[in-house]
Amino acid sequence: MNYSYVIAIPLIPLALFLLLGLFSKKIPPSISGWIGSLGLGTSFALSLYTAYHYYIEAKVNGIYQTFVYKQTWLAFSDKLHIDMGVLIDPISVMMLIVVTTISFMVHLYSRGYMKGDDGYTRFFAYLALFSFSMLGLVLATNLFQIYIFWELVGASSFLLIGYYYTKPSAVAAAKKAFIVTRFADLGFLIGILVVSYYSGTFDFSELNNPEGFMISNWASTSFMGLSVFTWGLLLIFMGGAGKSAMLPFHIWLPDAMEGPTPVSALIHAATMVVAGVYLVARLFPAFYFVEDGFALTIVAYVGAISSLFAAIIALTQNDIKRVLAFSTMSQIGYMMLALGVSKYDGHEGLGFMASMFHLFTHAMFKALLFLAAGSVIHAIHSNYLKDMGGLRKYMPVTHITFLIAALSISGVPGFAGFFSKDEILAAAYEHDMLIYISSVAVAGLTALYMFRLYFGIFWGKDTQYEHIPHESPWSMTLPMLFLAVMSVVGGYIHFSEFVSADHIPFEAHLNYSLAAIASGVGILGIIIAYILYKKETNLPDKISNTFGVTYKWAYHKFYFDEIYLFVTKRIIFGLVAAPMAWFDKYVVDATMVSIGNMTVSFSNKIKGLQSGKFQDYAMAFISGGVILAIVIFYLWL
Amino acid sequence: MRFELGLLLLFLTLLVFEIFTNKKQKGNVISFAILLFTIHTAIGFIPLADGDLFGGMFKTNTLLFYFKNVLNVGVLIVLLQSADWLKEKIVEQNKATEFILLLLSSLLGMYFMISAGDFLMFYLGLELATLPVAALVAYETSKRISAEAGVKYILSSALASGTALFGISFLYATAGSLYFDVIATTLTVSNLSILGFILFFSGLAFKISLAPFHFWTADVYEGAPINVASYLSVISKGAAVVILVILLFTVLKPLLPFWSKIIYIVAIATMTIGNLFALRQQNMKRFLAFSSVAQAGFILLGMLSVDELGLTTVLFFVTVYIFSNLGAFGVVQAISEVSGKENIDDYEGLYRTNPKLSLLLMLALFSLAGIPPLAGFFGKFFLYAAAASKGYYVLVFIGVVNATISLYYYLLVIRAMFLRKNQDAIPYFNSKLFMKLGLILAAIGILVAGMYSPLYEYVYTISTNFLN
Repeated sequence: MNYSYVIAIPLIPLALFLLLGLFSKKIPPSISGWIGSLGLGTSFALSLYTAYHYYIEAKVNGIYQTFVYKQTWLAFSDKLHIDMGVLIDPISVMMLIVVTTISFMVHLYSRGYMKGDDGYTRFFAYLALFSFSMLGLVLATNLFQIYIFWELVGASSFLLIGYYYTKPSAVAAAKKAFIVTRFADLGFLIGILVVSYYSGTFDFSELNNPEGFMISNWASTSFMGLSVFTWGLLLIFMGGAGKSAMLPFHIWLPDAMEGPTPVSALIHAATMVVAGVYLVARLFPAFYFVEDGFALTIVAYVGAISSLFAAIIALTQNDIKRVLAFSTMSQIGYMMLALGVSKYDGHEGLGFMASMFHLFTHAMFKALLFLAAGSVIHAIHSNYLKDMGGLRKYMPVTHITFLIAALSISGVPGFAGFFSKDEILAAAYEHDMLIYISSVAVAGLTALYMFRLYFGIFWGKDTQYEHIPHESPWSMTLPMLFLAVMSVVGGYIHFSEFVSADHIPFEAHLNYSLAAIASGVGILGIIIAYILYKKETNLPDKISNTFGVTYKWAYHKFYFDEIYLFVTKRIIFGLVAAPMAWFDKYVVDATMVSIGNMTVSFSNKIKGLQSGKFQDYAMAFISGGVILAIVIFYLWL
Repeated sequence: MRFELGLLLLFLTLLVFEIFTNKKQKGNVISFAILLFTIHTAIGFIPLADGDLFGGMFKTNTLLFYFKNVLNVGVLIVLLQSADWLKEKIVEQNKATEFILLLLSSLLGMYFMISAGDFLMFYLGLELATLPVAALVAYETSKRISAEAGVKYILSSALASGTALFGISFLYATAGSLYFDVIATTLTVSNLSILGFILFFSGLAFKISLAPFHFWTADVYEGAPINVASYLSVISKGAAVVILVILLFTVLKPLLPFWSKIIYIVAIATMTIGNLFALRQQNMKRFLAFSSVAQAGFILLGMLSVDELGLTTVLFFVTVYIFSNLGAFGVVQAISEVSGKENIDDYEGLYRTNPKLSLLLMLALFSLAGIPPLAGFFGKFFLYAAAASKGYYVLVFIGVVNATISLYYYLLVIRAMFLRKNQDAIPYFNSKLFMKLGLILAAIGILVAGMYSPLYEYVYTISTNFLN
């Protein structure tokens, strides 16, 4: 079977972007939404077709084969060349399904949500650009290609988050997201340099090859007590942590909620934020074998800590999208820790499978949660819990779909989230007790904050609305219904048949005792939420008062933003840039100002030219030479 | 010598043409000049054999041909971008042809400078390249700021030339010759020769605007007509970088342990100072001035690797940089011509009214910022790789941090264009033919240099041949 047609899956959105972007003024909004949806629909259908063939036919002797179609794109020297191509293996095919499904649904949904917006066509052009970049990232065959698409994803999400450019907060958020992730990418780039320099290749298949140079020779190099490759992988993981909003790079994610809600569903629930998880999974054999998985342990702990940290913050937020943002961060922490505790072969690789499984189910229910939240925001024009309550009467479809998604994320038996979460907990239980305990706590917290949200929006106080809210149009509810179905049936897929670290299918069974504990904790969380938030009482306030300082800390997201702000504003801007600016203003600019004054009279000008600030420049010039001479002769010799 | 003779012939033709054209038709001289220069540029691509003249004072080889071609294309873009400005504003004052003549004579100086086989020829070329530009900087005589900039430029360059000449005399004193080939073998390490190098380097650093020799840059760019600023920041700087790298890699190689330290310090200073100043600029010309200072700092990274890789990366980066900067300056000029606006705030909402210009400016700025897959990214990437291959990890780290800081200010402009709404944004306008051609050429340059890998391979081959 030849899979080279897969290249069309990313190229269709690219063509859409060019079409909608270049002719944005000529294509009327009435059809641009349809064009976008139709194009993504085609990509979606092609992905399904690919998955169907791949998972059925691509097994040889029980092992899933990897197909690589590539072409040399930039040959910089004999050794150093960059390829562009597509890589087909179990995880890339799975990601194709995730990305195209969510993107297709978001396209359909946006036709309703964005109706009447004056940048309607532009919005669809940006969506198409994003889909293209994300699909290119998923299919990348080497580190360099993935990096290029990685940056493209960053740039297109910059445009999408800042879409409401009339809102200063949206623009600030877009900038923040881009710069924070770019900062993390700095590590990624250095990591690529290090890994490729020492291993002599960019190719994933070569890097992951257990007999390849990197895995068999990691011990031959060392830098500060660790293998150079471990450093390289850790730096690469830094890039992944940036995109996936892991500690300490998570600060951009809550602010990014300023973007339109469908964008949050696409980027911040299902696709871009899991790019970091995908990156680690893509290099999993390398992570696992180099230095006996030292880097992987770091991944596990970063994931576990982020997961717990975000779940606590989520409890205290009042903006429903921010709750979902922190929830996403927490769930991605789950995926990371599952990868981190995983081993390589057979059933030992349960964590890897569980991580991918959870990525899949999470994409479905979290996108649904965002879309449902968008539907609520669309109806009452507010993001805040205080403006909501009793909406179940007005918005039945939104209510039911939100409930399904909430049950799924809380891990209630029978829903998709239950199955994938159970595998993660089982993997953690087998390999690291500490992480397991923290994960169980997160499971309880997740149910609690999610049902706090649910009761707060759909039950709770009977808010008096100025305009009676009404259910969203079909174009919005239909994708929600589809995702609701997926949030249930997604869990019944036998994921271990398809996805595993070593490409060999294995049998994974529910671990009933662990599952009972996890779902028990989840249901406990739901019950607590029921008591606290079903009716409006003063109980929650009492509790938050009891926790006092802790609550306040969590509410302020443990002051992470403030710490960063302190470092950048006070130290970089205040101590370094401000004196520089002062210098520029009073020394360099003063020249220009004085020139202005000189025009008052000709004589002044002559005088100014001769006695003027050129001396300063000459002074700088000469002293520059003198300083260099002093440094060379007296300090360095 | 064909390049030089061709340009000289062109120069004389234009001079004669100018004399015999009546005043009403002066506008046509500009079109004619551009046509001739296009032909000159095209001829440049016909291969030539290596050789030397005047007893080795003047040398040519494939590497220099390549770079002269790059300079030609760059100047062609500058000419195209200035054509409308000349026709509308300068022809009335009856000095449009002079502008072109001055520009071409400066280019001729650069040809001689980079082809020099000894320090005397180098110095002559340097002066010929610099003096006409001083006149160009002060070209808008009606503006005081322009005249001021001209004076500042000529004073600074006189200081720089003097220093360089002083340094050259020290080098002569130690090596006993002015010929590059001889110096390369006889130059010995002594305090005198090191001091000579430092002085010489300071002079050249002025042209490249390396810190702390860069102070003139912002004032002069702001005061000069935009196309002249563009010429200064790309052509003049590019040529100076190339001669510097050639001298460092061949003639001054005996001093390698010393000059690598100087380059190291100056690279850090230049990147950091350029970036920190660029952060707060409001005027696009000043902004691009400091951005070009910072870019010059990056170029130094490549010079630390004294082999094919280093030479290739420097040449490649300069090529990429020339096109990216020409794109950025071109857009600034197009906008300034129509609306007279030059501040970053004025660009708010530009995407809504002038999408194509905004996209081109975004392309150019992203390329300067080094966002993949644009040319600038590969340029920077190879510079890092070159410095890293010689073990300068700390420097690479500082470079990467600086590149990230620079992203912030490039993004400020992009944010203004794409993500800000403005009731009185600059209204839609249609650029004239020449300007359009100039912008399109720059855009093609950015894209081709990044996406078309044979260019890099070609540069690699000629660099290898040059060093062996």
